[in-house]
Amino acid sequence: MCLGIPGEIVELMDDRPDLAKVDVSGVRRAINIGLLENEKLEPGDWVLIHVGFALSKIDKDEAKAALDFLEGIGQAYADELAALADSKIE
Amino acid sequence: MRFVDEFRDAEKAQALAAQIAALCEPGRQYKFMEVCGGHTHTIYKHGLEDYLPESITLVHGPGCPVCVIPMGRVDDAIFIARQPDVILTSFGDMMRVPGSHGAFFDATAQGADIRMVYSPLDSLKIARQNPDRRVVFMAIGFETTAPSSAMTVLRAKAEGLENFSIFCNHVTIIPAIKAILDSPDLRLDGFIGPGHVSTVIGCRPYEFIAGDYGKPLVCAGFEPLDLLQSIYMLMLQLKEGRSEVENQYSRVVPWDGNPKALQVINEVMELRPYFEWRGLGFISHSALRVRESYAAFDAERQFLVPGVRVADPKACQCGEVLKGVLKPWECKVFGTACTPETPIGTCMVSPEGACAAYYNFGRFTRERVKEATRT
Repeated sequence: MCLGIPGEIVELMDDRPDLAKVDVSGVRRAINIGLLENEKLEPGDWVLIHVGFALSKIDKDEAKAALDFLEGIGQAYADELAALADSKIE
Repeated sequence: MRFVDEFRDAEKAQALAAQIAALCEPGRQYKFMEVCGGHTHTIYKHGLEDYLPESITLVHGPGCPVCVIPMGRVDDAIFIARQPDVILTSFGDMMRVPGSHGAFFDATAQGADIRMVYSPLDSLKIARQNPDRRVVFMAIGFETTAPSSAMTVLRAKAEGLENFSIFCNHVTIIPAIKAILDSPDLRLDGFIGPGHVSTVIGCRPYEFIAGDYGKPLVCAGFEPLDLLQSIYMLMLQLKEGRSEVENQYSRVVPWDGNPKALQVINEVMELRPYFEWRGLGFISHSALRVRESYAAFDAERQFLVPGVRVADPKACQCGEVLKGVLKPWECKVFGTACTPETPIGTCMVSPEGACAAYYNFGRFTRERVKEATRT
């Protein structure tokens, strides 16, 4: 729960402006983007996600560096991804 | 001493380490606290202490939200979970945290319906699918997760979900840092500030540390180079006689934090007069509870929780570890009676806990340091 994981926004939802579909290391799930309502988010943007909520918008380089780091830490990131894969935010 | 090639940027790390060493005044000892458990994890995982001069000690702070939950709150959550119509939802990290009669996993084995979720929002789906059950989310964490719980309550209210509530255990980092600064048994030279908490609260709340206590603080990212860079920034401040709040992690942390996140926390929650932290005792205004205007979503108002204070096991020295007074391996039960498989204290449960981080990576590093210094 303490890991902030970078995800790329792949789809915004017209009927649910508080949600967006993101891709996190190949796992595609819906997350809540309501805490970034003052940022203009578009597909291709990267966000740092905590427990299903985008907390900050980050640039692509930072996302890549963070992903490299997380992939290096092994089990904790694998657990977080597995938990995300089980998530069904709607 | 030979440097251990633990990560790709080892060369940059060595260069930073040399710059840090050049700032050390002969004969002076430096103690910096990394507040966040995520930093503790990086430090042990990458053996960062091996890169630092011996005069710099890193002290591990209280910033692991799982580690600071007192046993009594775990007992209260299990009491709620045992009500026949209740489904308790929780982050996986909480499942093995011991209460006085076992952890969530034990309660599950005895018939309680406790389900792991990735996000508090997943609890809403469970609540929609089980209209005849009461679904309670075990809300834990610092300001990083508090906005998520608040947003989930707001969503439940907007949907008119009547069978959802949260058992609010959110804690706030500033009073804990203040308690450590006021603690007589620890002298610190500066702080490595928590990166992700700061994405929410920003850097301003730390200004009293620099202003009133004269200690520098640098908000830091989570990669090994981020931490070394932050230690360099702290050392430079000391060398130049400054005490300021600086932001090494500005690529993620805005100086003013996330105003929307702060606004939703404030809408749904308010400060408690006091809250018990495992090992640190009662700290004033250090935790959040659900406001009366959202009483329908507050498990503490929906259930008559026992609220009994339970003392930590005598053998457990998590309190000293959380305050940075003891290193994990100095605890009497570390690695013997208390291991990640059978934790006695919370610091051994979470991967961000100082004891678990040291248990998993530390001995490995010590062995390698021995090897490295032998040649």
